[in-house]
Amino acid sequence: MRAGRAAVELLAPVLLVVAAGILGAFVSTTNEIYFITALISVSTVVAIYVFVGNSGVLSFGHISFFAVGVWAAGVLSIPEAEKPATMPYLFHFLSTTTVGNVPSLLIAAAVGGVFALLVGLPLMRLSGLAAGIATFAVLGITNNLLRYYEKIGPGLNTFSSVPETTDLVQATIGAVLVIAAAFAYQRSRFGRQLRATREDPAAARAVGVSIYRQRLGSFAISGFLAGLAGGLYIHFIPINVDAVYLDLTFITLAMLVIGGTTSLWGAVVGALFVSGLDSVLGEMEDGMTVFGRTIDLPSGSRIIVVSAVMALVLIVRPSGLTGGREFSLDRLRAVAAR
Amino acid sequence: MNFLREALDLQVQVDAIGLGAVFALMAVGIGLVFGVMRLVNFAYGQLIMAGAFALAFASERDWPVGVGIGLCFAVVLALSLAMERVVFRPLRGQSAAVMLIATFAVAFLLQSIALLWFGPLGKTATSLVELNRPVEVAGVDIRKITIVAIVTAAVCLTLLVVLLNRTSIGLHMRAAAIDAQTARLLGVRANLVSTVSVLIAGALAAVVAVMLTVQFPTVTPTFALQETILVLAGVVVGGMTRLLSATLGGFLIGYASGLLGGALPSSQSQYLPSFLFGLVILVLLIRPDGLFTRSRGLVERV
Repeated sequence: MRAGRAAVELLAPVLLVVAAGILGAFVSTTNEIYFITALISVSTVVAIYVFVGNSGVLSFGHISFFAVGVWAAGVLSIPEAEKPATMPYLFHFLSTTTVGNVPSLLIAAAVGGVFALLVGLPLMRLSGLAAGIATFAVLGITNNLLRYYEKIGPGLNTFSSVPETTDLVQATIGAVLVIAAAFAYQRSRFGRQLRATREDPAAARAVGVSIYRQRLGSFAISGFLAGLAGGLYIHFIPINVDAVYLDLTFITLAMLVIGGTTSLWGAVVGALFVSGLDSVLGEMEDGMTVFGRTIDLPSGSRIIVVSAVMALVLIVRPSGLTGGREFSLDRLRAVAAR
Repeated sequence: MNFLREALDLQVQVDAIGLGAVFALMAVGIGLVFGVMRLVNFAYGQLIMAGAFALAFASERDWPVGVGIGLCFAVVLALSLAMERVVFRPLRGQSAAVMLIATFAVAFLLQSIALLWFGPLGKTATSLVELNRPVEVAGVDIRKITIVAIVTAAVCLTLLVVLLNRTSIGLHMRAAAIDAQTARLLGVRANLVSTVSVLIAGALAAVVAVMLTVQFPTVTPTFALQETILVLAGVVVGGMTRLLSATLGGFLIGYASGLLGGALPSSQSQYLPSFLFGLVILVLLIRPDGLFTRSRGLVERV
């Protein structure tokens, strides 16, 4: 029975993601982009959830691990012949090394994980607002360096001519892998110990849990997954470093909070819900016909609606759409019976 | 050595103190609301941005300076009141993280409204630019705005200290900051106290908007965003638990920012944010409760 419940907790988000992937295969190529974006968002938000959700410590720094994933996969997979044109000041070994699709994703994840581990070593001793500001400072430094240090990348220019290998299949596989990893972590003894420190730090410490060590481990895993998501993203659209800064931090945190910070199900639901909303609004900005009526929103209104929805969810339901709980058939039945 | 000589240069020092004064005002605005409501207002910078747009709006129509400043105050105060009513009040008692993210949402909401309304290039506010002209004091060229900023900050802070220490509403605010629940039991009206603190913070935001538009006349939707981020960091570095330590933290990061900006060689000045954020991390690691707070002794464990 317990194993059954656990299986449902894993299967529900996986099935939701796979369903999104399959649905995406049946729509036109222009709309397929929305589905791939949504699936990469799921990977990103679940990566953030692994740390923020399980530890209860707010992090504004996770997009820096995403950003180094973008950077590593981008810089290493641009064909050698193209590098001098966009990145003339590159270090020698970076300009002479080019790797394929899957290796570049693995390197992106590894770079994200190692970076998170190194950052976490000092920072995980902090908690509360100090932790929030310190992780934010990491994001600021990462953005500043990637932006101006042209020996490691294109600076403010776009990462152009990265092979666009992230299709619907890869995005779906990526999201499923990230969900599976997050699930395995939160059911492991380390995940449970970390969740115990979230609920009651004093009691957790009393039974011998090291808050510092559990947070550090989770931070590194979550950086690893965020790096992977970043790798998937740069293989999908050419972007520059400012695309992975404040706006992305806001929108991914919004997804997590709207879904429900403390559950994997919430992270997945939030990511898909906000991505869906964002896509529909994006279509409306270009003019969309619904039931024979054309809706045409001024461009830029999607972020207004998304932030308004986010504020509304926080006021009406501070624990998010899912209430921060995992998916459960029993509760579904209880709701249906009511 | 070159760096030190540049940093000790009187000109750089005065400019740094001027920037520190403006940052200190922002820190008071953020620290006051935090003290009373335990809410970190990320949207504070967007209040300043809104005020700056009001100034630009007035300046483009060639309205007199006084009218422009009046409009700026009106817009910022109205927005502050609306924010308190619609967002802050329903969230009272929620966890700090939820409230911070809610103000994040408000910040992006205001910013995207400004983007939609005024476009990414923004507008220019030029009615006060003549304050940028320097006057010579003891052989140093000081821009008038620097003097205005330092004097205004001193006046505002003095007024605030008088309000907090010599009036009954000030007493109520201090009581709510120390222990909101007990204060309410003793008859302090929570709504009144939070409204007043938000209004004071709003007035300070309007003052900051006036002074920042003099130095940066181009008003874009991201106006004051970078400054707010730095001030937030400064406030936490100084210590959020007391208004004085938060203010000092704000001043310090403004001062450090001005000093580094003036003293770094131009080849490295683009890395200024990295230096500042690096300092922030360093201080937080050494004094996580704040640079200017007394150590709290034992952590409460039950």
